[in-house]
Amino acid sequence: MRKAESSSRLFTGTEITQASGTSSPGADEPILKRLRAGDEEAFRELVRSHHASMIRFARTLVKNLETAEEVVQETWLAALQGLGRFEGRSSLKSWIFGILANRARTRGVRDGRMISFSELPGDRDYEAPAVDPSRFDHAGSWREPPLRWDEPGPERLALSAELRHHLADAMDALPEQQRAVFLIRDVEGMSSQDACNVLGLSETNQRVLLHRARSRMRNALEMKLGVRRGKT
Amino acid sequence: MPTCREVTELVTDYVEGRLGPWDRLRFRLHVSMCRHCREYVRQMRTVTRLAGTQAPEPPSPEVEAALLERFRDFKRS
Repeated sequence: MRKAESSSRLFTGTEITQASGTSSPGADEPILKRLRAGDEEAFRELVRSHHASMIRFARTLVKNLETAEEVVQETWLAALQGLGRFEGRSSLKSWIFGILANRARTRGVRDGRMISFSELPGDRDYEAPAVDPSRFDHAGSWREPPLRWDEPGPERLALSAELRHHLADAMDALPEQQRAVFLIRDVEGMSSQDACNVLGLSETNQRVLLHRARSRMRNALEMKLGVRRGKT
Repeated sequence: MPTCREVTELVTDYVEGRLGPWDRLRFRLHVSMCRHCREYVRQMRTVTRLAGTQAPEPPSPEVEAALLERFRDFKRS
């Protein structure tokens, strides 16, 4: 019992999840060894650290929560079955997310709803500027500079329920491809290489989508948090 | 040197370390002289930092139990 408690504390922390997302090669070796030996506790740890993130990711790829849960279930089973083939060239997390993305895509095809990552033109937002051009003068200098954000301090901000709400709303408003990339990179903290592998994107397309996503997120947060000062 | 408008398009390449050495230098030079662009770059980094603090809800005990059951099935098969 004590053991289960301590592992839950270890594996639900954001930092831990993030660290495992950007882990160096071989970092997953201990847990892999235990999994291959059929260690149930190792599987529990894996579920606790990744299941909720997987649901969140699946939700960006399929139409509803129910389907997302089914796809994640399938993914766990496929991961267990494929464990012997995992070579450790990517992190275990990104390997599992890759299986999930494939399953979700297959599901999307079946349900007549698929997000294509190989072709960007489907994203009409692709060419849109990061910032409304009217905010610059003819020489490209700020006419209407970024509003300072009303931050009571980054740490307190990060914990505020209101801010969580703003972030979630802004993410929901992103086009699907951008949301998927933003989620993998900035929310899950995985590397660009991992994002390309998981989503089947080229490095350039990954970066373009990430840029668009971050720019839109900044604009959305500026509208919520920006404060106009009388004189700056 | 890039314009402010160009900075807002180059910022991700800069943060991701994908600018060549000269473009990187020009970018930094602009930002060092322009407080608005400094603020902009800071906000773009803040977006990433805040996004990383969004921990999802851990699975319910029921979901966890069901998955462990599948794990046992899998071991038996």
